[in-house]
Amino acid sequence: MNIIVCIKQVPDTTEVRINPETNTLVREGVKSIINPFDMYAIEEAIRIKEKLGGKTTVITMGPPQAEAALREAFAMGIDEGILISDRAFAGSDTWATSYTLVGAIKKIGEFDLILCGKQAADGDTAQVGPGISAHLDIPQVTYVKKIEEIKDGLARVERMTEEGFEIIETPLPALFTVVKEINEPRLPSLKGMMRAKQAKIALWTQKELNLDAQKIGLCGSPTQVVKIFTPPPKKGGKIITGETQEVVSELFDLLKSEVN
Amino acid sequence: MPIQIILEKCTGCKLCLKACPFNAIRIEDKKGLPAGRQAVIDLNTCNLCGACVPACKLKAILLEKPDKACIVPDIKDYKGIWVFIEQKKGKVQSVSYELLGKAQELAKQLSCQVSAVFLGNGLDDQLEELVWHGADNIYLIQAPELANFQDEPYTNVLVKLIQKYKPEILLCGATSIGRSLISRVAVNINTGLTADCTGLDIDPEKKILLQTRPAFGGNIMATIISPNHRPQMATVRHKVMQPIAPDKRRKGKIIREQFDSSLYASRTKLLDIVEEVEALINLSEADIIVSGGRGMGGPENFKLLYELAQVLGGAVGSSRAAVDAGWMPYSHQVGQTGRTVAAKIYIACGISGQIQHLVGMQSSKIIVAINKDPDAPIFKVATYGIIGDLFEIIPALTKKFKESLKR
Amino acid sequence: MDYLLTDGQKMIQELSRKIAQEKVAPVAAKYDITEEFPWDVLKVIADSDLFAIFVPVEYGGIGGGVLDLCIATEELSRACGGIAVCYAASALGTFPIILFGNEEQKKKYLPDLASGKKIAAFGLTEPEAGSDASAIKTTARKEGDHYVLNGTKHFITNGAEAQIYTIVAMTDKTKGARGASAFIVEKGTKGFTFGKKEEKLGIRASITSELVFTDCKIPKENLLSKEGMGFIITMKTFDMSRPGVAAQALGIAQGALDHTVKYAKERHQFGKAISSFQGIQWMLADMATEVEAARSLVYSVARMVDSGKTGVSKESAMAKLFASDVAMKVTTDAVQIFGGYGYMKDYPVEKFMRDAKITQIYEGTNQIQRNIIALQLIKEMAK
Repeated sequence: MNIIVCIKQVPDTTEVRINPETNTLVREGVKSIINPFDMYAIEEAIRIKEKLGGKTTVITMGPPQAEAALREAFAMGIDEGILISDRAFAGSDTWATSYTLVGAIKKIGEFDLILCGKQAADGDTAQVGPGISAHLDIPQVTYVKKIEEIKDGLARVERMTEEGFEIIETPLPALFTVVKEINEPRLPSLKGMMRAKQAKIALWTQKELNLDAQKIGLCGSPTQVVKIFTPPPKKGGKIITGETQEVVSELFDLLKSEVN
Repeated sequence: MPIQIILEKCTGCKLCLKACPFNAIRIEDKKGLPAGRQAVIDLNTCNLCGACVPACKLKAILLEKPDKACIVPDIKDYKGIWVFIEQKKGKVQSVSYELLGKAQELAKQLSCQVSAVFLGNGLDDQLEELVWHGADNIYLIQAPELANFQDEPYTNVLVKLIQKYKPEILLCGATSIGRSLISRVAVNINTGLTADCTGLDIDPEKKILLQTRPAFGGNIMATIISPNHRPQMATVRHKVMQPIAPDKRRKGKIIREQFDSSLYASRTKLLDIVEEVEALINLSEADIIVSGGRGMGGPENFKLLYELAQVLGGAVGSSRAAVDAGWMPYSHQVGQTGRTVAAKIYIACGISGQIQHLVGMQSSKIIVAINKDPDAPIFKVATYGIIGDLFEIIPALTKKFKESLKR
Repeated sequence: MDYLLTDGQKMIQELSRKIAQEKVAPVAAKYDITEEFPWDVLKVIADSDLFAIFVPVEYGGIGGGVLDLCIATEELSRACGGIAVCYAASALGTFPIILFGNEEQKKKYLPDLASGKKIAAFGLTEPEAGSDASAIKTTARKEGDHYVLNGTKHFITNGAEAQIYTIVAMTDKTKGARGASAFIVEKGTKGFTFGKKEEKLGIRASITSELVFTDCKIPKENLLSKEGMGFIITMKTFDMSRPGVAAQALGIAQGALDHTVKYAKERHQFGKAISSFQGIQWMLADMATEVEAARSLVYSVARMVDSGKTGVSKESAMAKLFASDVAMKVTTDAVQIFGGYGYMKDYPVEKFMRDAKITQIYEGTNQIQRNIIALQLIKEMAK
């Protein structure tokens, strides 16, 4: 099994705050982390490899500092890491990002499975995974919560839905996006961290990938951001005070019209 | 350089600094310039989002725009608004009615029609309802292979229809079906897609779709356009838009389409659909949600919330903290990494109100917060706040409703 | 304070801190109540190679030094002194093999101990041989190719859970302290059983048990070094492990301080955060200063041991003495600052106070540490 995992480095959104004076994101001191959903993809790739053998390759597209995310993946136990980075790719929306990642995937060559997190915690779009499978014209299963079996070029998986789950069988190669339920990502190991420090990470730029200039970066992105703003803070409402019985009576009066 | 500052124009006034959501701009002193200082953009941090460009009163920031070659030539041929109708077991999902309502509103501004795109099998009994809720046309594609959603046949059909009828806008629910399907369609027809919109509007001059959505865990909002590609596509969260009141006098046109069976082929095979009892308490659908967080103290105390929820006819939710502590299953989690809800009443018990939780519930109509800590951020969004001991208040409230509702 | 740690040490610090925060802290209260052995957490610690830190590279370890081990122990203790001691006690049981084992013994036992597949324990203390270790009564009688062990060890950390034990027993009672020898005994050996499991005030996530030897036959190959080396092996092992106990105390103190500073900022009385009151500020300042002083001493001694210096008994004792006294004081003050809440089990600091106490007692009570220090001082003056 050759498995490719696509990851993204994101600011730790649990630490992102708004500066109330300037109304901008405060990103200083905010750690960059591997997108939490991608951690499940990395873990699943390593587990499949431990079971079935093969090779795990992690790719990420981003600024040069995204290399740190690849090293973290190495520390968990992946075999290879590729950084896709070029100023020409800046400003890519999900269309251009998936196109660029596909360029890298084609350059890697043969693979049996592509794993992605279900979405990135900063953009929350959930579009790049399906975008990759569309560009490659391979089957996809989104929101995978369990890989039941991989055998004879087929995979049987459970796909999470609002009501429960679907059981889906797909031929490989295919692309899965995975959800939190699928596993619990391991912590890195010391030996892994040492290996990660030494690991060679390939850097692929537009020169290596030689993609259609009309389809990358800003130019290749159909969507454009026209405005970014901070949502107006919701005003707090009424504070109800008093003894428990008084508070409950007042709250009851306020809510009863809404309860059938 | 995709973005640059025109030194002759820049006065170092800092307006762009304030507009930049990424802290990618700084002001540097520079000799030889009229103002003695200038704005500098850190290209490694800059996301090319363009927020600084309109902020600059002196037009000193240049953002490279896609050149003409990228623009779809027949853009003017695309007309009308489409709504992808999501059905499960042949039943239209409520998000689709909400989208028809919004589509009607947008159609008035564009003076165009609203069409429903309806894929499945045995759907004829649902057509009237769609028309009453705002569909002027229904593109109906029925085949046994389309009975249940599958990525490939649905993508193939939708792509064919778009190529044939050229809609200007396509809306779809931001559900497990919608987000999976539409991303694939967008790539195939080479157009832009904005996920998870909470606001949709039409630019009055350019007549294009303004798509507003949260990012960075709800910390910022971004308005996004797809000016040069058609259709303009967006997914919208459940319960964000309002359906229109059904009008039984409305008339609509049904356009039935059939395609070659090869189009319905799927490499993936749907073997089974399993409904889980736990997930059936569909939080996203509940009108009243009683939700607990770390302040519940332990799993046994959620019993109090279940009692209140039962009396109110609602569901029980949970913050991530309570799920991470193993007190509640993940299917109950409300928030960025859990479910997004928009209840009529949301009662938050012992939930501090981290932004990741707030983004999942703040569009609820009435938010009640019960918390010991007066500084808990949850009070900033609460319609009614009670600073006190939930272990006294909740049982008392349950009793009160039980008596009045005779349940 | 910047202790100029190496990249490898920073890695150990970062990883053990992550494990402590994500895997240890959430279950610390649970194990404090149940007194069960935290195998699930030890599995995480094992998978992260922390057990490899103190084992030489040629036996599957990382070949780290005492300071590396101290850093890991300190970070784990910040979250739970009990779970940390399960880890540190395995190091204690492993050191005799690393220091005095022959090639066969090392090859046989160290790889599994490095991977955490097995954990170790050290058996010295007996009901009547606590501070006076030379009073041990357990005997090892040579019979052909075997030694036959008889006697009882008690208060043995990791007892009954560990798979590998290093046991000190008398091979020649007539020689007193020089008649003791050290052996490797595997769990499951016939005649080796476990007695009472203790109920403890603190470090309740760790297991403390009695080891009972009844005509327990072990092959003579399991003798460490030579007959009569038992106490030398013990002393050399303690020289290595005492900074570890000091690091455990240090971590407990730091953990309590972390909770206290956070609480002082959150807790409001008289309309203000209690951290704005000078009385609290001064207590916090003293606590922080003492913790830092303890850290300086512990790290310095650990470095001294790592440099290969011999005769570190005095310094090792100083680090253990000082850090454990600091831990007791800081955790007591932490409870004081938490006030009534501090006394309640709903809040974490009372556990830190209970956990701290043992560090003043085990691996030589602080009174014994003072004896060691004083004796050495007087010897130096006599030169």
